[in-house]
Amino acid sequence: MLRRNIIELRNLTKSYNDTVVVDAINLLIRENEFITLLGPSGCGKTTTLRMIGGFEDPNDGDIFFEGTRINNVPPYKRNINTVFQKYALFTHMNVYENIAFGLRIKKVPNDEMKKRVQRMLKLVDLEGFEKRHVDSLSGGQQQRVAIARALVNEPKVLLLDEPLGALDLKLRKEMQIELMDMQKNVGITFIYVTHDQEEALTMSDTVVVMNNGVIQQVGSPVDIYNEPENRFVADFIGESNILEGIMHEDFLVSFSGRKFRCVDKGFSKDEPVDVVIRPEDIDVTSPEDADLQGVVSSVVFKGVHYEMLVESGDFEYMIQSTDMQPVGAGIGLKFGPEDIHVMKRGSDNEK
Amino acid sequence: MVGKIIKRTYMGLIFLFLYMPILVLIVFSFNESKSRGHWGGFTLKWYGELFRDPDITKALYYTFLVAFLSSLIATVIGTISAIGIHNMGLLGKKVILNVNYLPVLNPDIVTGVALMTLFISMNMRLGFTTMLISHVVFNIPYVILSVLPKLRQMNRHMAEAALDLGATPFYAMRKVIIPEIMPGVITGALMAFTLSVDDFVISFFNTGSGVTNLSIIIFSMARRGIKPSINALSTLMLITVVILLLIINKRSTKGDELIP
Repeated sequence: MLRRNIIELRNLTKSYNDTVVVDAINLLIRENEFITLLGPSGCGKTTTLRMIGGFEDPNDGDIFFEGTRINNVPPYKRNINTVFQKYALFTHMNVYENIAFGLRIKKVPNDEMKKRVQRMLKLVDLEGFEKRHVDSLSGGQQQRVAIARALVNEPKVLLLDEPLGALDLKLRKEMQIELMDMQKNVGITFIYVTHDQEEALTMSDTVVVMNNGVIQQVGSPVDIYNEPENRFVADFIGESNILEGIMHEDFLVSFSGRKFRCVDKGFSKDEPVDVVIRPEDIDVTSPEDADLQGVVSSVVFKGVHYEMLVESGDFEYMIQSTDMQPVGAGIGLKFGPEDIHVMKRGSDNEK
Repeated sequence: MVGKIIKRTYMGLIFLFLYMPILVLIVFSFNESKSRGHWGGFTLKWYGELFRDPDITKALYYTFLVAFLSSLIATVIGTISAIGIHNMGLLGKKVILNVNYLPVLNPDIVTGVALMTLFISMNMRLGFTTMLISHVVFNIPYVILSVLPKLRQMNRHMAEAALDLGATPFYAMRKVIIPEIMPGVITGALMAFTLSVDDFVISFFNTGSGVTNLSIIIFSMARRGIKPSINALSTLMLITVVILLLIINKRSTKGDELIP
């Protein structure tokens, strides 16, 4: 499936008073894609979104929309709409007027406006709420009005700035599913900003991991989780054991004082690397059945599984397993070549 | 129990102390006898006399004309200023807000004399225009102080949301920002109106050519000897101001009470 690029960021840079917030990033965003900018607070994800929306001027670099440079196009002339953090609904208007706001500016005739607003209310499941005052709505309902208010303008791209941040966990999960459905139904590009890695992995076609204003990795949720490119991504996405190792040759890596077969290649001989093993990929066995032995130092019950810390040599492994071992037990740690993921060691990616 | 009685008595005494003069004034505005010392029966004739006195009706007209025009002008200027101040950087905002407080804290007599000096040095004849200008001047800070809290309460992305939906900056101001802060604007206007009706000192120094307001009339009547109609006029002014204050207080919602 070949999809056209709709937005391109080239060398985009933004700094405030000598602090670089977004540092020369390049990114292609395709039509109909659900793309998420993910990173800790202060990583530049929101600033990037605001530059695409036209609310911040880049210091350097360009933004292209369908091949046209839009750096100097004001927000009200961009075919892009935004769902703001905490919604920014117009509190002096009712639900209908909030949603109709953009249509009134475009001088859409009354009958058509009514139809389009009704269609939106149906989409966000708020039929019958037209006359309600926005202050009388719950957080989730306000959220939906904000989405309807943006989508009714039929933008080519919808920007969402941590739109679920103010909702409680259960509602957030429901809204995640609803947003994904909506995106499929209306068939437009969603650019979504969040610091919640689980949310990003659940919803996105593509995840862009950012840190310190720099893109760390772009890929599908599965790639990002299974093949993190560096220590930062591995650490930020999910739990992980990150060890220092040496890549001796293709498919052979050593760490924890032993050599292991792995599935990675393309490194130079004896290159120092970082090795990631996800906690759920380590099997607990009897000591004699495994390559590595260790002693359990703590056990925490997490519901679905137990989370154990196991000391082995000078490294403490985190293991998630349904097979509980008591503190002090000597156990074996077992993992296969496909469970080992080798990454280049970066100098600028310290946590 | 005893503590409660003492508390209540103490409070009663304080209020008596505060409101006794005003009560006496109101009671005597209904006094048949011209004498200030003794009660000669109930009457409304002093109120009737007020409206037959051409000087007083003229002062009443000027008082409300100046109050209306000055509060209107001050509200427009003050609202625009408040929006500007709200969008300033941290340091600039601090400086301007302190400068804005200065006229509020400045003794009226200083403001009055200063304005008079300015008008005279500019060769302006003291009269209606100078009184109006001086009222606008002392009203602006109050309008700013009542609009700013509304701006602060507003979601900071509100203007951006309007632009995002296709509104030009001017349209966003007209259809989103102004309506959102309207409660603060109206409170500011009422406040300015009240202060203008209320003012004596600044008006006294900055008027002339036969233009007077009610406060000045009362002052000059009092100098010629107290007539009971002064009591009646003062009572009417008091009632006007109290009503306006009640409206203002009812409008101020939690969190943005004014510091008058």
